This record gives sequence, C-alpha cells and structure tokens, in this order.
Amino acid sequence: MINRKEITLNMGPQHPSTHGVLRVILELDGEKVIKAEPVVGYLHTGIEQQMESKLYYHAIPCTDRMDYLAPMSNNLGYCLAVEKLLDIEIPEKVKWARVILAELTRIKSHLVWLGTHALDLGAMSMLLYTFRERETIVDVYEACGGQRMMTSYIRFGGLAHDLPVDFDKKVRHVLEQVPKGMSDYEKLLTKNEIFIQRTRNVAVISADDAINYSLSGPMLRGSGIKHDIRKANPYTGYENFDFDIPVGKNGDAYDRYLLRLEEIRQSMRIIEQALDGMPEGPYRAHVPGVVLPPKEDILYKMESMIFHFKIITEGFKPPVGTVYMPIESPKGELGFHVSSDGTNKPHRVRVRPPSFINLQALPKLVEGRLLSDVVCAIGTVDIVLGEVDR
Amino acid sequence: MENRKKVKEFIKSEFTDAIVKEDSFRDQDIFYIKPDSIFEICQAIYENDDLEMNYLTEITALDWLGHEKESDGRFEVIYVLYSLKYHNYLFLKVHLSESKPIVKSITSIFAGANWMEREAFDLMGIVFEGHPNLKKIVTADELEGHPLRKDFRKKYEVPVFSWNKDDPPEVIN
Repeated sequence: MINRKEITLNMGPQHPSTHGVLRVILELDGEKVIKAEPVVGYLHTGIEQQMESKLYYHAIPCTDRMDYLAPMSNNLGYCLAVEKLLDIEIPEKVKWARVILAELTRIKSHLVWLGTHALDLGAMSMLLYTFRERETIVDVYEACGGQRMMTSYIRFGGLAHDLPVDFDKKVRHVLEQVPKGMSDYEKLLTKNEIFIQRTRNVAVISADDAINYSLSGPMLRGSGIKHDIRKANPYTGYENFDFDIPVGKNGDAYDRYLLRLEEIRQSMRIIEQALDGMPEGPYRAHVPGVVLPPKEDILYKMESMIFHFKIITEGFKPPVGTVYMPIESPKGELGFHVSSDGTNKPHRVRVRPPSFINLQALPKLVEGRLLSDVVCAIGTVDIVLGEVDR
Repeated sequence: MENRKKVKEFIKSEFTDAIVKEDSFRDQDIFYIKPDSIFEICQAIYENDDLEMNYLTEITALDWLGHEKESDGRFEVIYVLYSLKYHNYLFLKVHLSESKPIVKSITSIFAGANWMEREAFDLMGIVFEGHPNLKKIVTADELEGHPLRKDFRKKYEVPVFSWNKDDPPEVIN
C-alpha cells in the first residue's frame, strides 16, 4: 500500500535560486505544491527609518542600497519625489541625461535578471554572456559617478557632477555591444526546447488577478495590460521620446521573458533618441539654498561656498505636506512617499517596493503546480531581496 | 482630467458625511475620511464601473507624534487608488487616535492589500480588522514594538562598557 502523506518543505532562506534570502514554506503532495507561503524579512535593515534620521541630502545613498541592481532608478525616484515636494524646475539637459541613465539601468537590471533566471532553469552559460554586456553599462556608471554599483549620481535639482567628456562615446559603445549580445541570447534561449518547456504555461497569472494583486511592471504587462508609467504619467521628460510598450498574451514566464527582451530593445531606442537630441545647458538647477551650487563656483565664489556649506550641514526645509511620486523602475512601479513636517529631515520616507508587492502573488503562481516550477516562478517575478525587505 | 473630477464628485455626493476634509497638494487629490467608512468608500469606488478605479497602488502609515492637534489623531493611513484606464491617482487618508489605531481591512476587495497592511501593522502598529493573516512581516520575530513609531527609539538601550559603567551615557533620541 502506498502511504500518501502531505509533507512540508522549507525552501530557503539559503537557497541559490531564491535570489537572496527568501524563504518559502511549501506544502507538498508528492511533487505537487498545495500551499506556498513566502517568508521575507531576513535582509531587513530599516532603510526607511534610517532615511528619517538623516537630512534630505544625506538619505540619497540609502536609496542605492535597496534595489542594488538598479541604483539609478532608485536615486531618480527619491530625487523626483523631493523635487515635487520642493516644486523646483529642472534644466532640460538634466532631464535627458536622467532618461539615458534610467534606461541604461533598465537594461542592466534586465540583463542580470535574464542571466540568473536562465541559470536557475539550467542554462548555465547565459550568466556569463549577460554579464559581458552588463560590464559595458557598469563602465558608464563608473565614468559618471565614480562607483560601479552604488552610484548616488542623481541629486536634487540635477546630477552630482557634469556628464563625463566621453559619455556619448561610452553610451554608444553600449548601444553597439548590447544588440550583439541580444542575438546571442535569442539563439541560446528563444527557441531552446528545454527553456520553452520550463517556462511556457508556467507561473501563469490572468489579467484580472494581476490587477487585483496590484502587480506592476513586466508582471502586469505580461498578462496583457498595456500600462507603463513612462507613458501614462510621464516624468523627467519621457513625453519627448518615441517608444512602444510591449505586452504579453498568456501571462506566463515565457511571455515575460520575451517582454523583457523587447523592453531592452525599446530602452535602446530611447537612449539613441536622447543621445542624438541632447541639449546643452547646466547640469544643476539654479535654486539657491536648496540645490548645491556648481562645483567650479565653490572654489572661486564666496556665496557659493557658503551655500554649499549650509546645504550640507543644515539642509533645507521643504513645506509641510506629503507627496507620492511613482516611476517605472525595471521591476515595476517604484513609488516614494516623502512626508515633510517643516524641519530639515524627512518626517517619513515610504518606498512602494515593486518586487515586494509582486512577490505576494507567488502563492497564486505556484499553487497546484509542480515543485520545479517554484524556481521558475521566483525567477520570473524578478525580485531583489534588498528591496523586498529594505 | 475629466475622470479626476468625476471621482471627486462621486465621493462628495455619495459620502458627504464621511468626508472630514478635502485637500489638494502638488496636484494630488486628497480626501480625509472618517475611519469607519473607508471600507465602504473603497468598495464603492472599486465596484463603480464608470470610474474604472480598480487598482490599489499602495497602503502606508505615518506617525504624527507631537502634531496630533493639527492632524486630529496620531496615526495617518494613506490609501492610494489608481485608474489603469484614465491614469489618475486618488489619495484617501484616515486619521486614527493613539488609543485605538484600528481600521477595517480591505483585503476582501483588493488581494494586493494583504502584505501592505501587514507591513503597516508590523512597522507602525496599525491593526487591520478582518485581515486573514495579520502578523509580522519584515522585522524579526523577537522584536517587540513597532520600529517606525516616533517613540520607538526611546527604548533603545545604550550599551554599557567597563569605561562608562559608573557614568552611563544619556539616551539620545
């Protein structure tokens, strides 16, 4: 007689395919998943509370540490939220530079996702190829902010420094290299029978469920809903660019794979337009007392020196109120609630983390499926545990 | 733009008694709502096919310790609703008193509210009545209290070493 018994299996938090420290408690009937419960919080570092205890300016480096695969998007989201609170105008050149950097970040994040997702599903070599192209983007980061990962390059009212002299050349090098890599990935994966078997009709979510679970980004678009904040509520000058929003049909992991590849192509389209039409101008807005004066002035002008010193030590005091600023980060809708009580420190900074909210649909994706699909489902959500736990 | 007006008029006409205050800040439509009626308002907006507001963007909580008089109640819970068709946001805010930080859960309307409410409970101590699984989510199980409350850090222990045993440092908030 066969003894049928449900067993409880603990997956993670130290499992290589959970992309960090995610724990999933699975109840299994044979190989079938009956119930899945994600447990998060192993990487909780209290970033929201840290940001409350710092001046507005000093909280920017905290944002890099949340989604460490897309640091520029996080910088951008926080800076836009504070700029909205302060209600200041941004120079055109800064807007265009920010668009280029945000789109480079999208490509970079999607490349890491592609490499790790394919690695989970057994295509080991993909990681090596995607990191080859990612390296060119990290070089641009290094030229801009001096850092390869935690850049903190985008600041209130502008950028930390002017764009490097060879910025154009370096970004065009990325635009040359990434399509070459893309053709490699497509050859390796798109018609790969094993990859299709592991991803097609796996981790399916319908359009209604996707909306009901508040999913965003590729998870929402994969189910066929054409929603992108860059088009819906354009920020930092996205209305000037011509690009398409790819959508999936079936809402499965394979659709989301094709969708993210298409997003990389659309990002390259945006970058190309932005490079061609890059306006001239200052790299920081001129708002005394709030935005740091240009670095060159600090060395020669007394007033600039004083302003620089006062902004760094005392900070600025925005008007009382709460703003919410959403942006389309590579993983979905990244929103920053910044609340001011009239002092020089934020009263509360709340992040709407896209991967945290996308992750709560994981039980929906895997229940009733096989155990091996759990790995695919975690990969296709595209989580970064630094952002989930904060 | 038109839909924004429509949503505002809908709330103002259907829930006249429930509105405490109407506000607008930096082009955001904000309604301050009485805590008892937040569930009904969310349900009415969700079920109204005309408004097409069926996407819950976010739930979060703020602590206005020391500003209770201006904000009438210590805690503030913010609900952000969004229309995927018309691309407009709606901010519903609820003020809760320190002694009774309880509000009805909206998980039965929006499945996505589950973890957002759990996080607000964990970090700010807002109790969501009727939530299917209201327990800690990000902080450690051993941790007592709610770290994002403004008075949480008073409980922070200053480590005592041999060099400051006789003269322990003051607790800095």
